[in-house]
Amino acid sequence: MPIQQANWSPYDNNGGTCVAIAGADYCVVAADTRMSTGYNILTRDYSKIIQLAEKSVMASSGFQADVRALQKVLEARHLAYQHQHNKQMSCPAMAQLLSNTLYYKRFFPYYSFNVLGGLDSEGKGCVFTYDAVGSYERVGYSSQGSGSTLIMPFLDNQLKSPSPLLLPAKDAVTPLSESEAVDLVKTCFASATERDIYTGDKLEILVLNAKGVLREYMELRKD
Amino acid sequence: MENSSYSLLSSEADSQRTLYPYVTGTSVIGIKYKDGILMVADMGGSYGSTLRYKSVERMKPVGKHSLIGASGEISDFQEILRYLDELTLNDSMWDDGNSLGPKEVHNYLTRVMYNRRNKFNPLWNSLVLGGVKNGQKYLGTVNMIGVHYEDNHVATGFGNHLARPILRDEWHENLSFEDGVKLLEKCMRVLLYRDRSAVNKLQIAKITDEGVTISQPYSLKTFWNFSAFQNPTVGAEGSW
Repeated sequence: MPIQQANWSPYDNNGGTCVAIAGADYCVVAADTRMSTGYNILTRDYSKIIQLAEKSVMASSGFQADVRALQKVLEARHLAYQHQHNKQMSCPAMAQLLSNTLYYKRFFPYYSFNVLGGLDSEGKGCVFTYDAVGSYERVGYSSQGSGSTLIMPFLDNQLKSPSPLLLPAKDAVTPLSESEAVDLVKTCFASATERDIYTGDKLEILVLNAKGVLREYMELRKD
Repeated sequence: MENSSYSLLSSEADSQRTLYPYVTGTSVIGIKYKDGILMVADMGGSYGSTLRYKSVERMKPVGKHSLIGASGEISDFQEILRYLDELTLNDSMWDDGNSLGPKEVHNYLTRVMYNRRNKFNPLWNSLVLGGVKNGQKYLGTVNMIGVHYEDNHVATGFGNHLARPILRDEWHENLSFEDGVKLLEKCMRVLLYRDRSAVNKLQIAKITDEGVTISQPYSLKTFWNFSAFQNPTVGAEGSW
């Protein structure tokens, strides 16, 4: 009797796109709300964004069950940190924690593509971008997920990223105002929705600044 | 010659985990309506391509506020019901006046399904969890790898392909009970025509703040007299 092969995959791609842009004193984190599998849409109203700490917001796309598990692990770890240190985790600290948490499952990864956005200890906007196993870097802006290939080059063009090869290193944090950055994000998603079948339905935008967190929604094409 | 039991594909280790389902149920559909949740499932349990069991109850109440519907492996559903029994028993033993709502039960089920997937030994089901607590309606779903979401209408298996498009077009807020039942029956009729594992014996369940009721089994009227189906061999002469 020949050995029967496993015929199920522990992974699925539930699609979606995430973007984050860092400003001088704010940070914008956005993601669409479509959840799909194969050529089907499962639901049009599922949030991929979570606020992990006062100044840290994470958007993740990929395999939804892994994304949710990752969110819960980080939430729990932050709660423990607050009990032990009597303060919120800073965004760079959360960035390191996320990297370590992802690498912990290096040999059965969280299929989750993350962007972490927030304010650093000086109040400046910061964005960290990750791969599925925790490799990360602080950048001025980033996109992940199914529409990232469409959005990233557009962001590179619009935000005039200086070459990372220059010395001294030039900050890639954008000089754009908050409203200009939000408009840019809306344009990114409207465009990505046209050509990426996994992006659409609705856009959720979070803006973090010294005053707190603001949430905004925009309708996207549903086809 | 036994293979090493370190490999995931070895015959010795395989007897310890689920590889494929044996007796399966097909679609479950759930919708929110004015007073709560409506859920429907047929009573078939297929053994591959054989319609082996025709009186399988694939929907069961959970606690006071929820209803679970399952498609996929029936024995795994029965094990989930045992887990839920233990959960609701322990919940009630606190004797503190609190009871688990549908949101909590759905979260519990999601964790159970995800953890089994992590161990490469899944419960081969797609579950629908609906309920009402303190006037709040809840309808969610979770599948064998842990993918979960809530919505105004959910379905498993073929229901996702055939029923959801109908629901996207015709579902609206504050459906009456009669309209909700008609809508679900419309979906089930399409599934009956087009899903080969569907059987014409179904139950509809209703959950409101007052509690859970599951109907007696009944059948849908079907129509097979379409002209395109008459004289199917006409024009076939000469063909292979």
